[in-house]
Amino acid sequence: MTPAKKLADVIRRVGDTGEPALVAFMTAGFPSASKFREHLTAVASAADVIEIGVPFTDPMADGMTIQRSSQAALKQGVSLQWILKELGAMQRPAAPLVLMSYLNPLLQYGYEKLAEDAFKAGVCGFIVPDLPFDEGTEFRAALAVKGLSLIQMVTPVTTPERLAQICSASDGFVYAVTMTGTTGKSVTVPDTVLSYLDRVTAASPVPVCAGFGIRSREQVEKLKGHVAGVVVGSALVEVLERGEDPALWLSQLRTR
Amino acid sequence: MNAHVRFTATEQRALLDAELAGQFPDARGRFGPYGGRYVPETLIPALERLEAGMREHLHREDFQREYTDQLRHWVGRPTALSHAPRLSAAWGAEVWFKREDLAHTGAHKINNAVGQALLAKRLGAKRIVAETGAGQHGVASAAACARLGLPCVVYMGAIDMERQAPNVGRMRLLGAEVVPVTGGDQTLRAAIDEALRDWVSDPSSTFYLLGSAVGPHPYPYLVRELQAVIGREARAQCIERHGALPDAIFACVGGGSNSIGMFHAFVPDEQVEIIGVEAGGRGVKLGENAASLSYGWPGVLQGCYSLLLQDENGQIHETDSISAGLDYPGVGPEHALLLAAGRVKYESATDSEALAALQECSRLEGILPALETAHALHGAKRWAALNPGKRLVVCMSGRGDKDMPTLQRTILAESRS
Repeated sequence: MTPAKKLADVIRRVGDTGEPALVAFMTAGFPSASKFREHLTAVASAADVIEIGVPFTDPMADGMTIQRSSQAALKQGVSLQWILKELGAMQRPAAPLVLMSYLNPLLQYGYEKLAEDAFKAGVCGFIVPDLPFDEGTEFRAALAVKGLSLIQMVTPVTTPERLAQICSASDGFVYAVTMTGTTGKSVTVPDTVLSYLDRVTAASPVPVCAGFGIRSREQVEKLKGHVAGVVVGSALVEVLERGEDPALWLSQLRTR
Repeated sequence: MNAHVRFTATEQRALLDAELAGQFPDARGRFGPYGGRYVPETLIPALERLEAGMREHLHREDFQREYTDQLRHWVGRPTALSHAPRLSAAWGAEVWFKREDLAHTGAHKINNAVGQALLAKRLGAKRIVAETGAGQHGVASAAACARLGLPCVVYMGAIDMERQAPNVGRMRLLGAEVVPVTGGDQTLRAAIDEALRDWVSDPSSTFYLLGSAVGPHPYPYLVRELQAVIGREARAQCIERHGALPDAIFACVGGGSNSIGMFHAFVPDEQVEIIGVEAGGRGVKLGENAASLSYGWPGVLQGCYSLLLQDENGQIHETDSISAGLDYPGVGPEHALLLAAGRVKYESATDSEALAALQECSRLEGILPALETAHALHGAKRWAALNPGKRLVVCMSGRGDKDMPTLQRTILAESRS
């Protein structure tokens, strides 16, 4: 089974129980590079998929929390190379891992070498917020060689034609951004968002996960039945920043 | 020559021929290998609307009439082509200035700002966001928005707000809201990141009025089209005054808007040497300058594949320049192309070289140039020494009044002691 397929299967299996799969985001090496493995293990004990953020100097799609965590991680010397080395050296969790990175660090690493090294480090796929579908051909092809997924984002303002095009070319999962804006703002989930998510789910051959602004059990409850999974990012980063138990916080998001 | 950019003579010729044939930007928004559209998915529909609106309006007669009318009767175009007799005598070449410092608000930035604001209005925008480094684009945007009755928010790095304080007050007087950016490097790059975040939050009714020839397609093309008036006028004025083209032209390059505007009309005139001058800052090491074309290598920043000052991990490096308007780690993709094609030569001038050129120009010609422009002046002086008697034109991209806080701290502090 390819890593991309494993990722899709895990989300679908959880989603089929009626409970959205939890995709948990953490910035690698934040708040502490020396505790990266420990934090990853703790998050993995309560999440279904872990999204590991590669810090970047110019995170233009991210709000204050992830800007702050990225800066702090960079100050500690965290890099893509460091992350892959850490993953290669640790007892990795069973839950699938995906890397979230802006394009430039990936570009400088080199796509082919990255696909190989990421595969070896147990990574199932990549989320690249500044790589829209049309510019992604080369990276998608390099990842496909190792069976890794390039997870695409869609948003409430994506046109129906483009939505269909992106979904049909997706593997792993489709990342449905719940709102126009950056990460980290709390959003209410109005019915218009639910009907948009229903449209994405109907168009997508792979599971759909909703993300941006999700921080509470009420939101997860509301999204149940509309998506196979939810992504929690900034809120979890803040939990780690405060030194609280990430597993405990994640488990209270589950609706049963 | 940048060691990271190597093209064979055949490849260079092919790139230049394609540029001359008007094939760039291509359908994917690229100037040869550079350019593109690397933005969050949320911005794709907004960029597609902008591109479609631009194609519909920009070259239409009624838009051009309205735009030209604003340029003539409000901006004050055409700007003069001034002879600089005393600098000519000092440098040993015939020196001329294309006087963008005489344009309304004191720099070339207004050409682009009023053009984009007119376009925004036609596309039904409800508010304008802009970024600014030196404050010149912020002032130009604030003025254009006031003129056209559009609300305007300007993002400006906290460091830049301090070193360009006079412009902050001007923007506020012109009715714009100035938002300090305390994240990132607190200069132009952070201001662009923050303007993009604002735009991502409201892509339907907000228009992002980008001030340089950078960013995702179609901005590098749109800004070049709106700034190309500089070179078109300069070229016609040279022919009218001298019956001939100049031997060389100069402009400073940060993101690269005054320079691409100055250069564009001259690119086909292969006998004219074209020289862009970047900010050499304090030195040649990474972090000591802002000279992306001289020292950078390809990467993606803020929507565009171009040459960047970055480290081996692809992290964007902080830059250093006395000039806020040049203090940017990337550069417009068309400049990267012109470098690759070998058509334009890019050099740099250090902080102290720029300060000396500013002082010399002020004393000998009665023109206080912007610190950005002073970099181009130094490049021209260097060239003049090697090419005695030849004729050159420098794009005098802006006036230096805004730089008074910096000049008080440097030149004026030294002359007092």
